[in-house]
Amino acid sequence: MWIYEKKLEHPVNVSCPNLKLAKMVITQYGGPDGELSASLRYINQRYSMPFDKAKALLTDIGTEEMAHMEMIAALVYKLVDGASPRDFVEAGWEGQWTQHDHGLFWTDTNGVPWSAKYIACLGDPITDLVEDMAAEQKARATYEHLIAASDDECVNDTLRFLWEREVVHFQRFGEMLNEVQEYMAKCNVWNGHKFEKSK
Amino acid sequence: MNCEKQLAMLKRLQEMEFVAIELNLYLDTHPCDEEALNDFNCAAEAIMKLKQEYEAEYGPLMNFGFSLSKSPWQWVEGPWPWEI
Repeated sequence: MWIYEKKLEHPVNVSCPNLKLAKMVITQYGGPDGELSASLRYINQRYSMPFDKAKALLTDIGTEEMAHMEMIAALVYKLVDGASPRDFVEAGWEGQWTQHDHGLFWTDTNGVPWSAKYIACLGDPITDLVEDMAAEQKARATYEHLIAASDDECVNDTLRFLWEREVVHFQRFGEMLNEVQEYMAKCNVWNGHKFEKSK
Repeated sequence: MNCEKQLAMLKRLQEMEFVAIELNLYLDTHPCDEEALNDFNCAAEAIMKLKQEYEAEYGPLMNFGFSLSKSPWQWVEGPWPWEI
């Protein structure tokens, strides 16, 4: 069960509406390395994790990613606020206007809709934790690209917060991966769906 | 609505919740760290107090029975988080 908290994890502000920037930021909403992908990936992978600790970590990081998805949505909402149809055309984002008006939609910067193909679950703890670490790095790099291209200090404050969270999540997933590997080094073999003592 | 006061109270809550989130994730991989656990419990207590103060002024923060409401049902009142 999840409970909604009527607040953002961190304040989201913009200096002024900016459709070109909104079009870039939207990839962290519905793009391959965005926050929807992240939250669904972790919350889904927890069912096949071997340790209670790993189930907790995936639940907690997956939940935090949902809060990040809401921050990105708030950011796009504010960057688009007040834009006219003409503004969308001039920003080269006429597809957004035509198909979604001011509504949000799960796409990347190129308009490609979100797909479950962006996320994986092999059911193997090493494979899945390594995928999670790679995902955090891809999200970190994407935030760096966005920050490098944005000169709105308010937007960058939000993007830097989200960037920092990717670094922390990577650290925690790495610690969990070490634990699984140490457990395997003590003659425990992943045998399909569970660990067994090797003979 | 006194927006500045609401934002200030919200910021204090966000700061303390950030402390709790960070310690929560740390404790997930370091469950025997007593010092971190003590800090987490202090943060959790501070959050409960800050939430009560915020909700007394601006209505329920959580749905489904985790916050109380005055009459009429306050949950439906804006502004919503992305509008603040």
